[in-house]
Amino acid sequence: MTAWLVALPILVPFVTAILAFLAGGSITVKRWISVAGAAVLLAVGLLLIHQVYQHGILVGAMGDWPPPFGIALVVDFLSAIMVAITGITGLAVAVYALAEVDRAEEHVGFHPLFHLLLGGVCGAFTTGDMFNLYVWFEVMLISSFALLVLGSRKAQIDGAVKYVALNLVSTVLFLVAVGLLYGMTGTLNMADLHLTIPQVENQGLVTAVALMFIVAFGIKSALFPLFFWLPAAYHTPSVSVSAIFSALLTKVGVYALIRVFTLIFTQDVGYTHNLLLIIAGITMLTGVLGAAAQNEFRRILSFHIVSQIGYMIMGLALYTPLGVMGAVFYVVHHIIVKANLFLVSGVANRLTGSFELKKIGGLYKSQPFVAVLFLVPAFSLAGLPPLSGFWAKLVLVQAGLEIGSYLIVATALLVGLLTIYSMTKIWNEAFWKSHPDAIEPGTGAVALSRRDYILLTAPIAGMAALTVIIGLWTEPFILLATAAAEQLLNPDAYVNAVLGARP
Amino acid sequence: MHSLILSTATRFLTGLMLVFSVFLLLRGHNEPGGGFVGSLVASTAFALYAIALGAQAVRRALRVDPRTLVMVGLALAIIGGLLPLIEGAPLFTGVWTDIPLPRGGYLHVGSPLIFDVGVYLVVVGAVLTVILTMEEEVL
Repeated sequence: MTAWLVALPILVPFVTAILAFLAGGSITVKRWISVAGAAVLLAVGLLLIHQVYQHGILVGAMGDWPPPFGIALVVDFLSAIMVAITGITGLAVAVYALAEVDRAEEHVGFHPLFHLLLGGVCGAFTTGDMFNLYVWFEVMLISSFALLVLGSRKAQIDGAVKYVALNLVSTVLFLVAVGLLYGMTGTLNMADLHLTIPQVENQGLVTAVALMFIVAFGIKSALFPLFFWLPAAYHTPSVSVSAIFSALLTKVGVYALIRVFTLIFTQDVGYTHNLLLIIAGITMLTGVLGAAAQNEFRRILSFHIVSQIGYMIMGLALYTPLGVMGAVFYVVHHIIVKANLFLVSGVANRLTGSFELKKIGGLYKSQPFVAVLFLVPAFSLAGLPPLSGFWAKLVLVQAGLEIGSYLIVATALLVGLLTIYSMTKIWNEAFWKSHPDAIEPGTGAVALSRRDYILLTAPIAGMAALTVIIGLWTEPFILLATAAAEQLLNPDAYVNAVLGARP
Repeated sequence: MHSLILSTATRFLTGLMLVFSVFLLLRGHNEPGGGFVGSLVASTAFALYAIALGAQAVRRALRVDPRTLVMVGLALAIIGGLLPLIEGAPLFTGVWTDIPLPRGGYLHVGSPLIFDVGVYLVVVGAVLTVILTMEEEVL
């Protein structure tokens, strides 16, 4: 029965997508299917965490072909956490989209594509096979491309071309690297790779292939110097789409890096992980400096995704239990906070009429509730106590100090300060100063109906509450992240669960 | 540009390629071929048809929106994967049955065939969505 359980994160979104498409002309039915599907996905994620807690790592052999021959779906703590967090953001964005996405876009297939994207993301999180991971990347790429051009505005096509071009390079590199890996080891099952990689004679080639994976996943997760597709594309589609992109797409790249560089390529840690550490530092800096130069709400947030990715990779690159735990915790915190900020930017746009900070203002005076909803994730992003971002940064800084990597710790702290600068800029421009056209936000041409207001702010309030909960009641989350890190750094349990215990 | 030679030849070729694609789909279980390869041949046939006679002609010939093909195909693929549930076997396990034919003999069919047909439709639908959109954009 485990095979069915671990397949649920893939089945639920796909079935939802099919139902939402076949619902035909009725948009109301499509919407309810979409929200219900996301809620079920969240429930599946929580169930998986519970099951992993009870029974350890879950393995399902698809088609009854035993690993390493068939494709195995493997769910450990990290996978289960990622599925649950996908469910949370999926649900929040599905609700938000009810009031945000155009009717025209809903007609041409927003809901099915949205769930296909969630299915692709969950597939990548649960698979235990390198080639299968590639397939899920393709599923994600195709559905995200379709979502990106939904609406066919000129800026969208422009962003989508950059997005697709660079992601295709990544995919090709990934495929070549998978081919080389198979040529060296004769297997693509991740657990089996863990065993066969150390036996490869030419370890130099292994490191070379590892670097190809860094580049391939680095493009996906927007690492320096391969990040420029992200700020070029993320501010162009509807807010719901950019929120779900910002939450999940780059994080799949981060997940893949974490998985591959704890399970498979751990032979030459001195080289690969040090390289990752340097990349992480530069990624943080360039992202935050890029954000400082921007004056558009979503572009600022996009650059901050880049800088935040640096923190996650820093945790992985430190490669200590505390570091990896910090990376896992940071991913969870970041997904919630970042998606939330994008959702807030959409509300600000609806209330004031623009994403350009120069053209808007006056939100604090007329919409204090929205201002609070912005402040919580913004402060959390910058790492102010007692919000989730504070703990995430604290753990990483502590992990860095523990092994004496002072330079990266200094960078991380400096980038935290610069993040406050960007958030203050948004606060000053959008919330504090009065509207340049003397428009009262939320009235006249920019008035919001009561239904829209509730649908737009409810998911934001929910996610903001989650940030506060993680901040104030941190222990269970830290324990969960620690358990995930322990599994990641002791791959023997993973290997035994997949291939069966051996002498 | 309208070429009489191309459009006449295309009418023959398209049919031939479609038949070949179904042949590839059906032999796929035991020999080289399968839903993916077959569907690429079918997409090529429709792409040729679009070049020779225009995207609108392809839409008329297809009768359904290619996106519907994608979703129906996806549904078939998942049904094919879910069928083993009846026997309590893991997801995507092949379940087979023999359907007696009227003049003696059996037809050996199973869930992998349903899955493959699903894949076939998904890929044809997805490729045609892209090709037709681009072809119409150029015009």
